[in-house]
Amino acid sequence: MSVAIAPRRTVFGLTLGFPLALVLLAVLVALLKPLLPETLIRVPLNAVMPYDRWLQGLFDFITHDLGFGTLTRYISAGLEVLLDATGNLLFGKNRWPHIGPLPWTSVAAAMAVLGYALGGKKLAALAGLTFVWVALVGQWDLAMQTMSVIAVAAPLAIMAGLGLGILSWKSRSFEKALAPILAILQTLPFFTYLLPAVIFFKVGPTAGCVATALYALPPMVLMTTLGLKKVSPEVIEAGQMSGSTRWQMLRHVYLPSARTEILVGVNQAIMLSLAMVVLTAFIGMPGLGAKLLSLMNSLKLGRSFEIGVTIVLIAITLDRLSKAWVVKQPQHFERGTPWWRRNIYLLLALGVFALFWAIALVYPLAGVIPRGKDLSIGTQIDGVFDIVLNNPVLVAVTGWLRWFLITWVLIPFRDGLLWLPTTAVLCAIAAVGYAVGGRRSALLAAGFFAIVAATGWWDRAMITLYAVLSAVVIAACVGLPLGILAAQRKRWAEPILIACDTAQTFPSFIYLIPAIMFFGVNDVAVVFAIFIFATVPLMRYTIEGIRAVPEELIEAADMSGATRSQKLWKVQLPIALPTMAVGFNQAIMFAFFMVIIAAFIGTQDLGQELQKTLAGAELGKNFVLGICVALMALAFDHVLMKWSANRRKILGVG
Amino acid sequence: MSEAPAISCRNVWKLFGQSPAAYLAGLEKGRDFDDIRRDGYIAGVRDVSVDVAKGELLVVMGLSGSGKSTLVRCMSRLIDVTGGEVQIEGRDITRINEAELIDLRRRKMGMVFQSFGLLPNRTVLDNVAFPLEMRGQDRHTRRDRAMEVIKLVGLEGREDYYPRELSGGQQQRVGIARSLAIEPDIWFLDEPFSALDPLIRREMQDEFLRLREMLGKTIVFITHDFDEALRLADRIAIMKDGAIEQCDTPDKIVLHPATPYVTKFTEVVEKSRVVHARALARPLNGTVFEGATVAAGSSVLQLARQLVNETREQLPVADKSGKVIGLMSRQEALDILLGAAP
Ligand SMILES: Nc1ncnc2c1ncn2[C@@H]1O[C@H](COP(=O)(O)OP(=O)(O)OP(=O)(O)O)[C@@H](O)[C@H]1O
Ligand SMILES: [Mg+2]
Repeated sequence: MSVAIAPRRTVFGLTLGFPLALVLLAVLVALLKPLLPETLIRVPLNAVMPYDRWLQGLFDFITHDLGFGTLTRYISAGLEVLLDATGNLLFGKNRWPHIGPLPWTSVAAAMAVLGYALGGKKLAALAGLTFVWVALVGQWDLAMQTMSVIAVAAPLAIMAGLGLGILSWKSRSFEKALAPILAILQTLPFFTYLLPAVIFFKVGPTAGCVATALYALPPMVLMTTLGLKKVSPEVIEAGQMSGSTRWQMLRHVYLPSARTEILVGVNQAIMLSLAMVVLTAFIGMPGLGAKLLSLMNSLKLGRSFEIGVTIVLIAITLDRLSKAWVVKQPQHFERGTPWWRRNIYLLLALGVFALFWAIALVYPLAGVIPRGKDLSIGTQIDGVFDIVLNNPVLVAVTGWLRWFLITWVLIPFRDGLLWLPTTAVLCAIAAVGYAVGGRRSALLAAGFFAIVAATGWWDRAMITLYAVLSAVVIAACVGLPLGILAAQRKRWAEPILIACDTAQTFPSFIYLIPAIMFFGVNDVAVVFAIFIFATVPLMRYTIEGIRAVPEELIEAADMSGATRSQKLWKVQLPIALPTMAVGFNQAIMFAFFMVIIAAFIGTQDLGQELQKTLAGAELGKNFVLGICVALMALAFDHVLMKWSANRRKILGVG
Repeated sequence: MSEAPAISCRNVWKLFGQSPAAYLAGLEKGRDFDDIRRDGYIAGVRDVSVDVAKGELLVVMGLSGSGKSTLVRCMSRLIDVTGGEVQIEGRDITRINEAELIDLRRRKMGMVFQSFGLLPNRTVLDNVAFPLEMRGQDRHTRRDRAMEVIKLVGLEGREDYYPRELSGGQQQRVGIARSLAIEPDIWFLDEPFSALDPLIRREMQDEFLRLREMLGKTIVFITHDFDEALRLADRIAIMKDGAIEQCDTPDKIVLHPATPYVTKFTEVVEKSRVVHARALARPLNGTVFEGATVAAGSSVLQLARQLVNETREQLPVADKSGKVIGLMSRQEALDILLGAAP
């Protein structure tokens, strides 16, 4: 297909001209700031409507007058039964069915068998040893409190996601209606999940469970719809020619054929559940997250680190297990294989489970490791960290870095953003939007920011934006060159990609540990945490983009006598750019998520305000703030993804 | 005519586009494919009328995009026709409801697909038993029946394999077995062998002929391959731009192509291999003949030696029972063998 090239001046697919004028206007507005009327600099206070109270009223109406509160009470009651049951099994909560706690040895052994069944010896070792570690360092109860919520929330998200995914595949209009809701759900800061959960569902595990399930929902829906749409037409026709009814088609043809995509959705739902459940610490949910939060608050870095390792291990285990399930293909058995041979792993798992249970009856230590008998070395690590981190060289380096960044980069940038008149920022955003996607994109991006301005939270929003942008820019300065370097050498690319993939499965909370370790509690730590978190997708997509450049193009460049750098600049980068833009977008999305978490370090941005709404249960304000964050993220998302899609179309790839 | 044809298409139209039904209603006669395309519609099937008798094998041919698959999907109602009607054993299937359609497919029709269309999560056995499972047969009966057809297509011993563990030829055998599991009366095959390499294709054709001999079904078979068509067909329908240009026996198509398009299509064929004595035989009309007869079923190529050595100008043609059905002109046959004299 040929693409009509518009007779306009374009640079990398950007339309210039009108956007240039907008940029000039923005500059002009900024320069003329002293002469401008107040209304053009900030939305005047009296023009800010009490949106928070309106929303609050709406929520009250829904809760009390529409009976939503009663409904959620019933749901809570149901969830509570489930959560009590998993709680009893995993950490011995004193509730029905009064069996637990399951001995840690039994759980670890059964997980090892599961690992073996899904992915062989390595996975068996990973799964088994993770749980052994958790027990030995004395974090079994904490970890099981966390797992007991995931065990309910993840299946809930998966079932609901599957249902919604099927509906939006069946009905085009349902899909259209759902898409923006999912987009917002994916960009809402986590506080905006937590507070409504607390208000509508009982405080404690139930609220945590609801927030977690909601957060994990979107990818499951999207992957289900995607998978169902991709089923090959001939398979569908074969099903129809076999005389399948609609239900039979769904059950026997569509769902099994979409297996891979659905399981990828399951993997993502599980990983997002873990990421969120750790954050439910902010609403007082006990578990690994809560412990980590309190340890970090009291700067016990060694023990934070130990918990961090536990969380990371659990993340890797869950990720690898569910990914192994994605690629696991059914293997045939020879005719006449007895049933026990066909179900060998199930029997084996049950066997070791029972065996260790029996052992635990005799030796209680194999059942529960009591406090004081564990092998935690957190306090010792505390000591080591103290020595290492107080090492004069390190202190000098981090101290200088901190000073440099704060004085010369962060503060000037922040003050600059805060100084700019709102109208100038809006013009600049519209310019970028127009250059990328014409009038629609300009209106959308600038419109989103205009809404933020209208809520009266502009200054806070700019502080959030400043943290996000500075961290992502630093991440780009580090991640892009590293990614480019790695992509040049096949030997590096593979391990780095694996490392990035692994790092992406860590709950975002984890990234705060090194940040606080090195920089203490201040803005630099926030930026640093976002920076590590955001570097990962940047590197990953850079490597993938460059590696996906067709071999023939490289050979053609070689035959034209291109040097290495010519090849890089003229061939590889231009073609990899759309993919890199996706990485950039993901980095920004991650950054928006992270900056809110960092609120507890003591930032002054929207996140801080959001955190305050938790204490006061101010649902209306919480939503206004949350939507501000989501809109800013969505504006970036729209522009970057649009640009990437345009480029792809022009390059004729993807 | 004693009984209705197995399949009967009456002025079948299939248009792709915005609102095809309304467009077709207002369509004047005589607008051709390109006119329709200029109006923003693609004519997948254009006013096709064709009958397939019980037990007949109709081969549908044509270039890519000529509407072969679309026509067959209209016949099985995998897609709804825009206009006209399709009768299966005298019953118009364009107007039956979903339940009736499902019932029809469960009892009467089978289809084999170009890229197999196997369910990746089911073993060979479960794939083949799938149509039986859909109609609610119990596990035992359906497994027994599935094993029967698996044996029939020569896949015994592979019944517990998954599709991805099989070669292309084996996968297509599974497709064939599945389509035969319900003992359909009507069998659709959409380019069933074109994804296979030439050797396996040949093998599968032999297999197919054997099955056909055994089962005696009504068959609609799509192919791109003229040789394949000639080997298999009772009649060949040649399609262009959604319409059938000619539908006739292979001999007639080769001897008397109806349009320049068909002529071009048949040019590549070695005529002497396709044309049989029967097609060249002219009625006796009381003429007396003498000497040995030639068999009606032999091709001109098979008769080559005799034709060259023969002295008679007119050769009597006899059918299987030995009854003389007509006279064949030696010159005409030689022209076919050697090409017309310059
Ligand atoms: N769902 C559809 N929507 C729009 N156009 C279609 C659709 N299905 C088929 N067509 C068009 O109808 C015409 C006939 O297609 P069809 O698949 O029947 O061709 P074919 O003869 O089977 O070709 P091939 O040999 O490549 O399989 C083509 O021009 C095709 O583009
Ligand atoms: Mg086709």
